[in-house]
Amino acid sequence: MNMGDINLSLLFASLIVAATPVLLAALGELIVEKTGVLNLGVEGMMIFGAITGFIATIETGSPWLGFLFSILGGISLAFIFAIVTQVFRANQVASGLALTLFGLGLSSLLGYSYTGIKPAAFPDMHVPYLSELPFLGIILFQHDPIIYFSIFAVFSVYLLFRNSRLGLILKAVGENHDSAHALGYNVILIRFLTILVGGAFAGLGGGYLSLVRVPQWTEGMTAGAGWIALALVVFASWQPFRLLVGAYIFGGVTLLQLNLQALGVEINVALLSMSPYLVTIAVLVFMSARRAKGSLEAPRSLGKTFFGL
Amino acid sequence: MIKLEPRKNRSSILEISTPIIAVIMTMLFGGILFYLMGKNPFEVIKLIFWDPVMSPTFSEYSRPQLVVKAAPLILIALGLSFGFRANIWNIGAEGQYIMGALLSGGIGLALYPLSAWYVFPLMILGGIIGGATWAMIPALLKIKFNTNEILVSLMLVYVAEQILALASLGFLRNPEGLGFPGSRDLSKYESAANPELIAGTGIHLGVVFSFIAVIFLTYFLSYHRTGFQIKLIGQAPRAASFAGINLRYIVIFCLGLSGGLAGIAGMFELTGPAGVIHIDFNVGYGFTAIIVAFLGRLHPIGIFLAGLLMSLTYVGGELAQFMMNIPAAAIQVFQGMLLFFLLSADLLVNYRISLRTSINKRRYK
Repeated sequence: MNMGDINLSLLFASLIVAATPVLLAALGELIVEKTGVLNLGVEGMMIFGAITGFIATIETGSPWLGFLFSILGGISLAFIFAIVTQVFRANQVASGLALTLFGLGLSSLLGYSYTGIKPAAFPDMHVPYLSELPFLGIILFQHDPIIYFSIFAVFSVYLLFRNSRLGLILKAVGENHDSAHALGYNVILIRFLTILVGGAFAGLGGGYLSLVRVPQWTEGMTAGAGWIALALVVFASWQPFRLLVGAYIFGGVTLLQLNLQALGVEINVALLSMSPYLVTIAVLVFMSARRAKGSLEAPRSLGKTFFGL
Repeated sequence: MIKLEPRKNRSSILEISTPIIAVIMTMLFGGILFYLMGKNPFEVIKLIFWDPVMSPTFSEYSRPQLVVKAAPLILIALGLSFGFRANIWNIGAEGQYIMGALLSGGIGLALYPLSAWYVFPLMILGGIIGGATWAMIPALLKIKFNTNEILVSLMLVYVAEQILALASLGFLRNPEGLGFPGSRDLSKYESAANPELIAGTGIHLGVVFSFIAVIFLTYFLSYHRTGFQIKLIGQAPRAASFAGINLRYIVIFCLGLSGGLAGIAGMFELTGPAGVIHIDFNVGYGFTAIIVAFLGRLHPIGIFLAGLLMSLTYVGGELAQFMMNIPAAAIQVFQGMLLFFLLSADLLVNYRISLRTSINKRRYK
């Protein structure tokens, strides 16, 4: 194997690392949107998960506890959103925005004294035998457990919506909440719990950002990752595997942009930094233009409040 | 069993009182937050809500600041509220604010040191065009491809921030600035400056402009056809579609209005309080204005009051930061909380909460 191969495989491996926070958050949002709830607070839940996980890791020295707390952080913010939108029946768009503003503020409040500290390292877990494969071994099997989990989660969510009764119920609630209610399902409760699951994923994604991807705490460190996760769900047409592909493409763009900056290529830094956002817009336009011709659709009740009969 | 019964008419008494309920709840929970931070909650709340206006030691500085900070919030929120009524969600006002400031600043800097009466009006025009053009991107993508305007307008905030960095480090940098980032100080360039009109009050042209905008848009919302159509889309989307309202026009109108107003806000901020184009020129007015729009019940006069209140939390927050070492982020949490309580309290406006179980029977009779 020559040097070029090693660099390329390392590049792919770090692409996966770069994509994982967004992938996790987007997967959570996908489940939530499948039940008809639009939670625009992904950014807020992510950054809150990032800081709660970071603090837990610094204070206990254990990244595992850190990830647990980032999940709990995400869930606790999602809980507020669930109360406001499901119990108080507030407008989901506005509540999601409020959640993002709230999460950004709360995280910088908590993270005030944690800037510039390095968290304990989260060791990689090499898969026996497979990690020694040439090329693919480095790309796929020399990662940390969270990455394996993220890929496992994509498969599970795919199976959930394809083959399970639970998935069918969730879809029913998302497609037509009145019919689901008439069939005897508790729409509010189902949505409430799903929102919490979405929060857990967003929190974990945020935790991965501050504990592995960066790893450090800086104010506003998600820098729109939560919003990109929302865009990815649209890009993926609410399908888990497309989400995986989309997240890795996005990871590639981010990484390419960072590498070009590091190499000092004669392209302006600002232009490179805006490229992930421009790519996201381009992808959104492409997908919506295709959808206009009548392909896959969003869940029918997406963003609509269920008021009960 | 608790049941929700839709009201036939939105309760107007509650509609006005929910913001007050929300403010009280926020004070309560904010007080708990400050208590947890080890501060005396009563002292902090007093410092934020009372001292900027009433304290003899602080009000001399704070009162003008109140007006200065309220003006951009009101201008931006006014524009946003029209879209929010019609379910058009422009959440990228922050970006439009930056682009308005950049274009108007660019015009001002290009004409420097020309002394002429038309410099300032040209810059106002630049602010409007800069902001509105930036908002036209999500608008045109929405009507052409049905692309989600929430995500596009937000992504464009990050793009605008990078352009701002590019401008302050590169093409708009002060040539006499010894290589430091940032443009010439426009507030010191007489033809472009937007100074205080009455000394010690904080009132500059932007403030006057926001007053005029409130009056004009109140009239527009009540009496103009487009204002009526926007209200109709919000209240009865089906009826609106039967009435043959041109949705494309409404999308263009709402995003253009909010972008233009955000651009003007950026222009007045740049030429007055801020002075220079700098990397950290934008301080989040575009996002806080979303809260202002809802707090003001999406009505121009409500927004005017809400803008003043929100400005109070900024000014009072700075005071609390200075006097009691409360981090600025605490104020952001405070503002987020306010929006949550407000949205939750809306339930009372639209629904009657009833403890009886016989409602279903009555409704289906």
